[in-house]
Amino acid sequence: MRREVPLVLTAIVGLTMIVSHFIPPFNILKDLFEDWFFIIAAFAIYLGVLNLLRVNADKLYKKKPDAPFGLVVILGFLLITIPGLFFSGGRSFSDPGTPFYYLYIHVYYPLSATMFALLAFFVASASYRAFRARNVEATMLLVAAFILMLGRVPIGDWMTAWLPEGYRLGEWADWIMDFPQTAGQKAIMIGIALGVVSSALRVILGLERAYMGGE
Amino acid sequence: MNQENMQEEKSFWEKLLAIDRRIIFLFIIVAIALPLFFKVSMRIPVTPVAEGTYQAIENLPAGSKVLASFDYDPGSMPELQPMAEAFFRHAFRNDLKVVIMGLWPQGPLQANIALEEVFQDEDVKAKNLQYGVDYVNLGFTAGNEVVIDRMGHSFEESYPRDGQGTPLSEIPLMRGVRNYDNVDLIFNLSAGYPGTQEWVQYAVDVFHVKLAAGNTAVQAPAMYPYVQTGQLSGVLGGMKGGAEYETLLGIPGRAVRYMFSQAIAHAVICLFIIIGNLAFFSMRKRRAS
Amino acid sequence: MPEEEMRRIQPKFFRSRSALAWLIFPLVLLLSLAPLSSEAQETPGAEIDSVRQAEAMSPAPPDNVQAEDNPNDKGGIINISWERSADDGAGVNNVIGYEILRSAEMDGIYEHIGGAAPGATFFSDSDVKNKVNYFYKVRAISRLDTSESLPSAAAFSRVQLFDLSRLTLFILAVIIALAIFYFISKARGGKELYIRKIAGLEAVDDAVGRATEMGRKIFYIPGIMDMDSMQTIAGVTILGRVAKLVAEYEAKLEVPVSRSLVMVTCREMVKEAYLNAGRPDAYNDNMVYYLTDDQFGYAAALDGLFLREKPAAVFLQGQFYAESLILAETANSVGAIQIAGTAMPSQLPFFVAACDYTLIGEELFAASAYLSKDPKLLGSLKGQDVGKFIFLLVILVGVVFLTLNSVLDINLPNLATIF
Repeated sequence: MRREVPLVLTAIVGLTMIVSHFIPPFNILKDLFEDWFFIIAAFAIYLGVLNLLRVNADKLYKKKPDAPFGLVVILGFLLITIPGLFFSGGRSFSDPGTPFYYLYIHVYYPLSATMFALLAFFVASASYRAFRARNVEATMLLVAAFILMLGRVPIGDWMTAWLPEGYRLGEWADWIMDFPQTAGQKAIMIGIALGVVSSALRVILGLERAYMGGE
Repeated sequence: MNQENMQEEKSFWEKLLAIDRRIIFLFIIVAIALPLFFKVSMRIPVTPVAEGTYQAIENLPAGSKVLASFDYDPGSMPELQPMAEAFFRHAFRNDLKVVIMGLWPQGPLQANIALEEVFQDEDVKAKNLQYGVDYVNLGFTAGNEVVIDRMGHSFEESYPRDGQGTPLSEIPLMRGVRNYDNVDLIFNLSAGYPGTQEWVQYAVDVFHVKLAAGNTAVQAPAMYPYVQTGQLSGVLGGMKGGAEYETLLGIPGRAVRYMFSQAIAHAVICLFIIIGNLAFFSMRKRRAS
Repeated sequence: MPEEEMRRIQPKFFRSRSALAWLIFPLVLLLSLAPLSSEAQETPGAEIDSVRQAEAMSPAPPDNVQAEDNPNDKGGIINISWERSADDGAGVNNVIGYEILRSAEMDGIYEHIGGAAPGATFFSDSDVKNKVNYFYKVRAISRLDTSESLPSAAAFSRVQLFDLSRLTLFILAVIIALAIFYFISKARGGKELYIRKIAGLEAVDDAVGRATEMGRKIFYIPGIMDMDSMQTIAGVTILGRVAKLVAEYEAKLEVPVSRSLVMVTCREMVKEAYLNAGRPDAYNDNMVYYLTDDQFGYAAALDGLFLREKPAAVFLQGQFYAESLILAETANSVGAIQIAGTAMPSQLPFFVAACDYTLIGEELFAASAYLSKDPKLLGSLKGQDVGKFIFLLVILVGVVFLTLNSVLDINLPNLATIF
């Protein structure tokens, strides 16, 4: 029963979602199942939060080597949750002027932007490591990367301003984006879509059960 | 050349190949930060895909309604916030009505931050824009692509109230706006999921609405197939896309200013790639000999 | 003349005094009306001008109002279209909007149900009952007045049992599904199916073995999305296989996750894997733990873990976004062997550049079949290839047609419009 009930539920819900795409009256069930998923996912956040607090409290209690990080996690959690829940002054908690908004602008906003900005450094180090002309394909990749990196910024057109229009670096970059890049994207998207279809069919029909913890 | 010199040269190339990444990071910091102190204006060539987004908005008659979906968080702010500000300037200049929403919780907040910035402009102040009449912020609603699908039938189903709790029926701008049939364009700023791809799949393909978008530089290439098929009017890609939009508008802002920084950073990365390849080929030659 | 003679020569009518009254009265009436007509004579066309004035304030009404059932839906929606008012666009009577009116009877009372902007020619009424007749009018509004169209013909909404606009997709889906079932049945029948080598999956054993020898941990990251994503399901499925290997090799595994539902599923998966490997004692719930839903908060936490724990192997299998390069580079900096897999086209270049092995796109979905060597699962991969072959064929034929059209100026069909 432990395996059969989830399999039957998966099959019913999966087939309903597929059928509703072609048979409009089934949309009522589709809407219902979608709502159920969001409700379950929303309540499931509590599981995650409780686990987060327990794991980090455990680190503090047992004085593990990374206990200070556990303290930061718990304090950070409380710092955002308490103002958000209790100090909105009767307005929406995220309105300008609330403590939550202040923390959003002065703490979360710069932290999040900084993490994304780290990509600039990692792109540089990854490019240095990866773009080596080891063989023909790698050389083609290298040349394309050069054209795009310089062509997508004004410096590329500045360097090739002496060339006639239509032959400058920016236009080469546009051509690569419009044709080879788009063709590659389309091919990968088609392959991925077929992979998703096949994978989903396996799950719906119960052929693939590993995700439930079984063979 | 004697053996010792060859050893020294060899270790120099080896060192270069195995350079500490922190040295690369240092060069990148300087390449990005230093140009910010110089006011260098660069000509920003405009690509057809960016032009498509601009024209989609420019061709709307005054009074048209634009549904603007802000689907990003502060992490993508450097790339998408200039686009957001340029969009509001464009919309208010052309007397368009803007209905703001977000499929990401932080999206509507980002819209408010962009509005605060744009409302400092004298020509925008002169228009005396009213909340609820010229623009409205519906806020965030959970549900990802399900929200997009349901809004095709009724906005009120997903957004019974705006972000401030006012029922939609009491908002002058929303009177007569039932679903996508009553908006003239959807403009989406996206940093991931849910984002432009979901808007194409659930709004454009099903309800045949017009969509223009701005994406992060990493995501934009994946939207080109949709521009080619006409499902997307155009896409702005990353800070360059923001700079192109500002150039087309004739209101150069942060994106145009920061392009010099980005240009130098790209040039530095190219330089490192050249150095890396020189080191690689030298090592190869040494091993062969 | 004597009175008698006067009577003889006068017509009878004129012989009486009442007749005289009959003559005088109309004369008086005419005379009294004369001033009016003379006024009209004095301001010629005034009456016509006032009529023209009234007409000038009203915009031209919209024309040709059509109402029909919205196709390919579950009913409840009627689409109304019309030709714009002649005054829509400019002029004194410029239309500033339209109102849509509905009634259950052609001559009944029409109620306002919605509005449309100037220039609009379409409105969707999604508040109707199925199989009930409705009539529609469209009213053009100018600053001074309004004018209504003639009513539409009766329209009613109904349920369509099949969405015909998706017929092509349905046929393709059936063909692909049948191909998958066919090859599954062939595989069940004992036929050996050839699957090419996938380098990333061949390296899983080596990665786990390396971690065991070095005595360092293995980190498995199943992406940042929830269980409703097929990539996450694929990633979690591969985790089961990897966890079983880890249990057999007696290495250490950690699975920090970004979603609560994924945490619950991964725990079940890893627990079952350890049980199947005969090492239930080695399993601990703390192997799988939740960090945060926030994308960059998750990336920051993982970076910290990689730098402190210095794992020997890192698996990045699932759906990733911008944090992919941050994770891959950090793991590389601590010397971990990395096996990545994602179906995100925008992140694949980063993984290919930064990781030792990458499962590209559909290889992620094939991994489960590949690792288990289960004939049923391998059969489904072959069926998938049939679908790819169909797409290849259609693209090829379409490209040939378009090329011939432009080179030879003939009129072969554009397959894109069919599909």
